[in-house]
Amino acid sequence: MAKTLYDKVFDAHVVETVDGDSLLYIDRHLIHEVTSPQAFAGLNDKGRKVRRPDRTVATMDHSISTRSLALDACGPQNALQLNTLAENCEQHNIRLFPVGHQKQGIVHVMGPELGLIQPGMTVVCGDSHTATHGAFGALAFGIGTSQVEHVLATQTLKQSKAKSMLIQVDGTLPVGITAKDIILAIIGRIGHAGATGHVIEYAGEAIRALTMEERMTICNMSIEAGAKAGMIAPDETTFAYLKGREFAPSQQWDAAVEYWQSLHSDAEASFDTVVKLDAASIAPQVTWGTNPGQVIGVDTPIPAPADFSDAVEQESARKALGYMGLNAGQKLADIAISHVFIGSCTNGRIEDLRAAAHIARQGKVASGVTAIVVPGSGAVKRLAEEEGLDQVFTQAGFEWRLPGCSMCLGMNDDILQANDRCASTSNRNFEGRQGRGARTHLVSPAMAAAAALRGKFADVRDFQE
Amino acid sequence: MTAPQGFSTHTGTACPLDEANIDTDQIIPKQFLTGVTRAGYGKHLFHDWRYLDLHEQEPNPDFALNKAEYQGASVLLSRENFGCGSSREHAPWALDDFGFKVIIATSFADIFYGNCINNQLLPVALSSSQMDTLFELVKARPDTRITIDLTQQTVSLAQQQFSFDIAEHHKHNLLKGLDAIGLTLELGQQIEQYEQQQPAWL
Repeated sequence: MAKTLYDKVFDAHVVETVDGDSLLYIDRHLIHEVTSPQAFAGLNDKGRKVRRPDRTVATMDHSISTRSLALDACGPQNALQLNTLAENCEQHNIRLFPVGHQKQGIVHVMGPELGLIQPGMTVVCGDSHTATHGAFGALAFGIGTSQVEHVLATQTLKQSKAKSMLIQVDGTLPVGITAKDIILAIIGRIGHAGATGHVIEYAGEAIRALTMEERMTICNMSIEAGAKAGMIAPDETTFAYLKGREFAPSQQWDAAVEYWQSLHSDAEASFDTVVKLDAASIAPQVTWGTNPGQVIGVDTPIPAPADFSDAVEQESARKALGYMGLNAGQKLADIAISHVFIGSCTNGRIEDLRAAAHIARQGKVASGVTAIVVPGSGAVKRLAEEEGLDQVFTQAGFEWRLPGCSMCLGMNDDILQANDRCASTSNRNFEGRQGRGARTHLVSPAMAAAAALRGKFADVRDFQE
Repeated sequence: MTAPQGFSTHTGTACPLDEANIDTDQIIPKQFLTGVTRAGYGKHLFHDWRYLDLHEQEPNPDFALNKAEYQGASVLLSRENFGCGSSREHAPWALDDFGFKVIIATSFADIFYGNCINNQLLPVALSSSQMDTLFELVKARPDTRITIDLTQQTVSLAQQQFSFDIAEHHKHNLLKGLDAIGLTLELGQQIEQYEQQQPAWL
């Protein structure tokens, strides 16, 4: 029977069928400080061991400072959590990349950089943006802490098969339009819960043309459409990215590639849901509301609740406009911002920083705007500095920080105050996400940099040299 | 971790949270995620909506959880996509610690739903029109007692009864309160056999 990419990876990992559920083997388990302490405590309470410390990798990213390498820089509670991770990794013999280590970074940035994520793997992490790793043709999904404990103890998880969704993006991306705009346009089309219960496969000419970093941006935000995971079939772009990375296959490279080449949906495979988009029709995207599905092109006026047919959406829009301090019909180009955040597991990679720097070179951060750039990992930071991007940013008036999750969720001191308005390259514009009462607009790195220079939302297509 | 005792039926009053897309950041904001235990998150549940101040001294009188008529509620009513966003299990921990036993909503985000099951918190999905009925009845009579019977898969209140779907393995785990890890560890031999046939590059 014809299989989808998801079917192939899922089926290859079934250890046993239990009560109609599959016990799936987990190839790679990534952990961090926030969602693991209770899992280790559970193991320790019962005297259980970590089954495969060699398949488990830890980093510190969520609750760390971006100004200081000191673990207590953001208070004793954060320090306790970070030290607890270090102790747990030490006790259970798990490789940890702590703050200050050159390979430390946001778990979804440093994992792929090290070659830890490979096609056909099952990958889990106690973090919803684990979907990022689907860019490699891996089945990667976020889990809760009870499941983290289950994977630590057994290297498996009970799973039922999700439904399948094909999202095909045809055509060629116009100049100035990025992977972030593609995924925001997709979420705008299918809605914030449009892919609930599904695993998405992204395909089509526009997806094939993307680099690995761009593919990671797409898969990263699968969760913002409600999907369990997002996947892209591996190809030469994937293999070229992986070759030579620290944890990628070396002696077994040819055998691995041969297997990886089989990881694509069969021509006759059918999907439960199919969505098609034309890349040429996508404008730079800006969210206006309090969920990522509330998004428009930069040249579209802020919508009115009455523009939505569904009563629940109308009510959501009314509430979102109130929280965001916006009125229907307003133009984005007239909306002043106070902050810019460039970084996160969505857009904290080197290509993102290059795109933002390209715009930053063209001016200065507008007065009254605070703009920070937070590289996604130590490796991204070093490379950016080698390329002189840090100088471009600081000379334009941006702050250049240490790597971490930072203002995407503000578990450190990178938080906004009530009524601050931020153009952010992160993934969630929920009420209070970046600080209580703060207003988040999700955009691409280039759009964030453009907003920093203008002090208002600006169309990045006007900046192309 | 799974609670030792199973879940079979629950009867209690409900608190209506008549809004779609309630995310886990809203259920428990990030500043409360620095804990290293599972306990004590209930007092911070819905912090931003529940309190007018950052120090949780001034309850917001307009928020349903603070209204006199909904005190003691153990069933939470909401709309579609409840629990979306972050995978933080602190969300069900906070709901459970506050005293909720059952969440009834139009739909749930996948990770949140699984996290509830792993914490003996029952997520019940009903249709949009059934939720309309529940919200109407509870808002009109906040003392309405709702009975959720997991074995029969029914929600009953004031002459009304609705059936709900739940996957057999989820139902089984909730009813028995099983130690999921202990059960999987019994399959150690099968896991080892699986590992032996994995390709060498992994």
